[in-house]
Amino acid sequence: MDAIILQILNGLDKGSAYALIALGLTLIFGTLGVVNFAHGALFMIGAFCAVTVQRFLTLSFETVDPTRTDFLGNPMKVKTPYVEAWFGADTGAAIINWSVPLAILFAIPIMLLIGYAMERGLIKHFYKRPHADQILVTFGLAIVLQELVKHYYGANPIQTPAPDIFRGSFDFGTILGFDPNVIIYPYWRLVYFGFAAIVIAGVFSFLQFTTFGMVVRAGMADRETVGLLGIDIDRRFTIMFGLAAAVAGLAGVMYAPINAPNYHMGMDFLVLSFVVVVVGGMGSLPGAVLAGFMLGILESFASMNQIKAIFPGIDQIIIYLVAILILLTRPRGLMGRKGVMED
Amino acid sequence: MFGLDKKDTTLLIVVALMVLLAPFILNPFPEGSAMAQFNAGYPDLMQRFVIFGIFAIGFNILFGLTGYLSFGHAAFLGVGSYSAVWMFKLLSMNIIPAIVLSILVSGIFAAVIGFVSLRRSGIYFSILTLAFAQMSYNLAYSVLTPITNGETGLQLSLNDPRILGSSATADGSIPVTSLFGLEMRAAEQIQIGPWAFQFSVGFYTCAIIMLIAFYLSIRIFRSPFGLMLRAVKSNQQRMNYTGLNTRPYTLTAFIISGMYAGLAGGLLACMDPLAGAERMQWTASGEVVLMTILGGAGTLIGPVLGAGFIKYFENIFSKINESTLDGWFSFLPDGLQHAVVWVADHFVGSGWHLTLGILFMLVVIFLPGGLVEGGQRIYAWISGSKRKAKAAETKTEPAE
Repeated sequence: MDAIILQILNGLDKGSAYALIALGLTLIFGTLGVVNFAHGALFMIGAFCAVTVQRFLTLSFETVDPTRTDFLGNPMKVKTPYVEAWFGADTGAAIINWSVPLAILFAIPIMLLIGYAMERGLIKHFYKRPHADQILVTFGLAIVLQELVKHYYGANPIQTPAPDIFRGSFDFGTILGFDPNVIIYPYWRLVYFGFAAIVIAGVFSFLQFTTFGMVVRAGMADRETVGLLGIDIDRRFTIMFGLAAAVAGLAGVMYAPINAPNYHMGMDFLVLSFVVVVVGGMGSLPGAVLAGFMLGILESFASMNQIKAIFPGIDQIIIYLVAILILLTRPRGLMGRKGVMED
Repeated sequence: MFGLDKKDTTLLIVVALMVLLAPFILNPFPEGSAMAQFNAGYPDLMQRFVIFGIFAIGFNILFGLTGYLSFGHAAFLGVGSYSAVWMFKLLSMNIIPAIVLSILVSGIFAAVIGFVSLRRSGIYFSILTLAFAQMSYNLAYSVLTPITNGETGLQLSLNDPRILGSSATADGSIPVTSLFGLEMRAAEQIQIGPWAFQFSVGFYTCAIIMLIAFYLSIRIFRSPFGLMLRAVKSNQQRMNYTGLNTRPYTLTAFIISGMYAGLAGGLLACMDPLAGAERMQWTASGEVVLMTILGGAGTLIGPVLGAGFIKYFENIFSKINESTLDGWFSFLPDGLQHAVVWVADHFVGSGWHLTLGILFMLVVIFLPGGLVEGGQRIYAWISGSKRKAKAAETKTEPAE
């Protein structure tokens, strides 16, 4: 029992990342009808927003401290981050410590801007082109973004630690009446899950309870009619693209402490997220979220040693296997609608 | 000739000449000159040209004719490589059984994957093939380690049985791949003036196989079967309405294209007997898509051009480094030189993939028909408006 709960918990954080990326993919697909292969790259850029903010905050100047000497006897050089010099040592250290959450504030406008520029500059010209062309051009864009990041940040993963108070693990078992240290779960993953839930709830309520969201939903159902009613649906869809990019970016920012960001993390997630979207049903937002969590949890179950003993290597292929099975038995995915992407 | 019409025969002969004379054509700059780094006439690179040409030709039979975009073709390449290396380990170092086995195994593999994937079309097909390829890649890395040797990759060793050959040569080293005793790595160098031309057995073996593959693809393009595949591309629904089941046709195309990929993988192993899982990674699948698109999907010569183009520039661009750039732009004023070199440095050396990505986007955006279409446009532009006016006059609208 405790092992099952532990695996469900372990699946949640990966599942949250899948769900967030798949949500963005589905938003783009549902509104603009474009298959965006560069979405993983947006996730990666989000993670590198966290890296950048951390670098900015730790920019420091060197001073010579005459009271201390290094091992050669020379006066020691001390690095002081500018932030600490400006805000005082304690506040400065706290700001640096909280760089990942702070990066969210930085990432939102950046990602909205990138999403907006991408849609206006590139995707706009591909609405009328075949899906194959859309896949190919966004695939090319993904390579470009990835290589640019690699050029400036190097090929190695960059450690981006979470704030100190989230280090360590939460003893989940004691709440449920198990022995201590049976079910432990890192705090940051809990934060990630909570954050993902908030973002997902935010997106859904934005679409459900605002006039803007209502118009967008109407546009998803019948773009032409909404246009005939005198509403500039294109502009709204562009904003939705920006929003989808921001969701992917936020997923990336918060994921940085879990897995040190490297330039190809986007591609790794992209393939899986596409599988998630297809399993959930193309164009279905709840389907994407559901499938994201489901596949995340399934993956973590498959990596249990007991299961690996029966089916060796199952943890590597479970997601693809499920996707193949679902596509063959329920061609529209779990919650796919009729008439979406049926060619 | 060979059951081809006049135009196709000319094309085949031109390609044959270009491939067979490649050691000359690709070596235009004398040895030791400043431009010698742009030469591509050495066996290793030329082999890659033709092998990836085969890969792209095969991919084009699927994508160019039926419009099914497979993102998992590298899996067949990897499977082909693995089977060829196993043949070298178990049977003998002769390349014939290795190539035959790699074609067969990848064909069976393609039949299984195609049977499942072709139930869906459009983007679902792309994702299914991608999922299968990633699955094979992950399996090759983990559970199938006894067969694939995991991360290290499959290599020959002195302890291999090699029933029909010998485990080791007389001097105790691993035997090399050969065609009935003709070693693949054997090469002849001819010195003409300052030029040095290299002729290797490996390259010519690959070249002849590639020409056969190219000939077969022309025949497929011109056959009733090819016509049926084109019909699938233009409107599958109508085909279904006429009471025709298209799936056997698409499946056959998928298997043929998988066998081509397997052949390419087998040849890669013949030239250099090792196989690794990274050949199956989806970036490798993306590369063949790129080659086909860049050359011109659905055209005969396109994929060959695309493969050659990409492999050539990959080789050249990766070799250029900052000091080379500094040398080139040294005529500029100092500050400007630094700026230009700084910008250009992004695109060369390890930045080759950036160039590749940009090229990819530019081709898809501006030249969806690839290099072939570009060539045709230039040709049309040169041959002037007279021809265009005539064409417009005689053009008839197809009846819908």
